[in-house]
Amino acid sequence: MNGSAPPLLTFRDIWKTYGDGETRVNALAGVNLAIDQGEFVAIMGPSGSGKSTSMNIIGCLDTPTKGVYSFMGVDAGALDRSRRAVLRNRYIGFVFQGYNLLPRTTAAENVELPLVYRGVNSRDRRDLAMNALAQVGLQGREHHTPAELSGGQQQRVAIARAIVTRPTLLVADEPTGNLDTARSHEIMSLLTELNGQQGLTIVMVTHEADIAAYAQRTIHFLDGNIASDTAAAMEAS
Amino acid sequence: MLFETIRLALRSVRRNALRSFLTLLGIVIGVAAVIAMITIGTGTTEKVKQDITKLGSNLLTVQALRPMRGGDTNFTPRPLEASDLRGLVDGMENVNAIAPTAQRTVRVVFGPDNLSAQVTGTDNEFFTARNWAILRGREFSESELRSGASACIIGQTVRNQFFGSGDPVDSLIRVGRMSCRVIGVLEAKGTSGFGQDQDAVVMMPLTTFQRRIAGNRNIGQIYIAVQEGASTSDAVLAAQNILRDTRRLTPGQEDNFDVRDMTQIADAMTSTTTVMTGMLGALAGVSLLVGGIGIMNIMLVSVTERTREIGIRLAIGAHEKHILIQFLVEATVLSLLGGLIGIVLGLSLAGLASYTLSIPFVPSLTVIGTAVGFSALIGMVFGFFPALRGARLDPIDALRHE
Ligand SMILES: Nc1ncnc2c1ncn2[C@@H]1O[C@H](COP(=O)(O)OP(=O)(O)OP(=O)(O)O)[C@@H](O)[C@H]1O
Ligand SMILES: [Mg+2]
Repeated sequence: MNGSAPPLLTFRDIWKTYGDGETRVNALAGVNLAIDQGEFVAIMGPSGSGKSTSMNIIGCLDTPTKGVYSFMGVDAGALDRSRRAVLRNRYIGFVFQGYNLLPRTTAAENVELPLVYRGVNSRDRRDLAMNALAQVGLQGREHHTPAELSGGQQQRVAIARAIVTRPTLLVADEPTGNLDTARSHEIMSLLTELNGQQGLTIVMVTHEADIAAYAQRTIHFLDGNIASDTAAAMEAS
Repeated sequence: MLFETIRLALRSVRRNALRSFLTLLGIVIGVAAVIAMITIGTGTTEKVKQDITKLGSNLLTVQALRPMRGGDTNFTPRPLEASDLRGLVDGMENVNAIAPTAQRTVRVVFGPDNLSAQVTGTDNEFFTARNWAILRGREFSESELRSGASACIIGQTVRNQFFGSGDPVDSLIRVGRMSCRVIGVLEAKGTSGFGQDQDAVVMMPLTTFQRRIAGNRNIGQIYIAVQEGASTSDAVLAAQNILRDTRRLTPGQEDNFDVRDMTQIADAMTSTTTVMTGMLGALAGVSLLVGGIGIMNIMLVSVTERTREIGIRLAIGAHEKHILIQFLVEATVLSLLGGLIGIVLGLSLAGLASYTLSIPFVPSLTVIGTAVGFSALIGMVFGFFPALRGARLDPIDALRHE
């Protein structure tokens, strides 16, 4: 891509170790990785290969045991909890497999939530939330609670919540994992649109090849390390 | 932001309305008890003060002291006697009236009716000293007083019970074993601060009382009405000196009598209510502590139940302090709500009590304010630990929580 600009994020020899002694597990074992601004990356690999662990570090929810994770040129692994909270709030949006919306809370209020923690006043919050919901095609459903929405609609609300802050990076761990094929493709078109039109960087975990096909780059994990990376393959050829 | 948080807290309290209400009971009962007790206590004190002011602040009472437990060798008990009265009448200056009294509760009978009345032996000075007017009939005559005649002046309760609206004068009533001619009726006095009917009374000459009711020559109490403008404390000292003389106390002996003015009596009564209020306040404090623990418990449950919610909030950028404040506000709103319900309940109880006991209803803004502040404080103190626990959660663990 634009080779001159520094990458949005880099992993330098990242290790993540859980447990001690007998039960010691290396979820990540010396991963090196760079993702540029505007990329749409799919992460694949068998269960337990370290995909979610990587996503948590990329999303600044977790810190590596060893190695340097830099995000937008900042050593994110060295930041304290509240600085990482600021990074997440300002630059990162999350989409989870299980939607993770607040129950008994309307779609609009769910979408407003990140703005509340940013201190945006309630009128602007309302406007921004309405726009985000319109963008994901949920006009008319603003005042429905998650229980009153289908799985696909709930995931759209979650995407609206992730993009309402105009983040740089969208982190999506199996965003279509709970959806049927038709709904999955709708969500993927939406993500592709966000990536294409707004230049939103997307890193997404998926188990399905046809979902991964929406991304420009696919990274395969195996046993806590990268087994293959289409970007590296391209450079090599 | 804070407004937002309070709205959120109210919503969460409303969602679990029954659970919230049960949690609040401790606080409600504690605050209601404090408010009711203090309000009723203040009302009682007020009523006692009013009654005593009605009696007149220039009234002194003289009583013989009973021997104390332990038996002080310097103390020789002796009832008040005619010689003491004579000494006071001769020696006291600047007084309006000096009235001896002796009292006993006796069954009074008229025809088929009977009631229990406070029977007092005294003289005409009593009506001046206590400011009691005779509504109908007359005072005792000199000869009745001297000879110990069977003449009675009755209170309104006795009159109503026996005679209704009819004229009691010259009727014969039975007081204990003696028969007594009614010569007058007293004006109504109403109920005293201690719930005593001041109109269920029968007055007779002291000599009659001593001979026919008591069977001794003792005087129970002597009332001294000091003139308006004269110093009551000087009068107390004068009465003490006279009585030490008439009772032949040597300089080394302690007083075996007691002279008090009404303000002292008022203070004594008031201090009793204060002690009672204090004790009930302590009880209420325990109840508030229990209420606080209830709040802590329910907040811990709430934090656990909403672990996933906390995870979501942390993931999308909430700081520890946001989560801390959210749950702290929730606990405070909860306990404040309990406080407010408690205040309304307490004031209603106090209102009801003042109505039935006919004491003044004096709600104190200070007490209400303190109750509000205190319940908020309980929420904050007992909500802090659960809130901190929520705030310290790891976002990944919290998100994974089922
Ligand atoms: N909190 C934890 N404590 C202990 N071990 C953990 C923890 N989280 C992850 N692991 C371990 O780390 C390894 C990688 O887990 P990870 O969740 O990253 O896998 P994954 O690739 O996302 O798998 P899946 O496709 O099933 O989601 C696994 O062996 C897992 O058991
Ligand atoms: Mg996973």
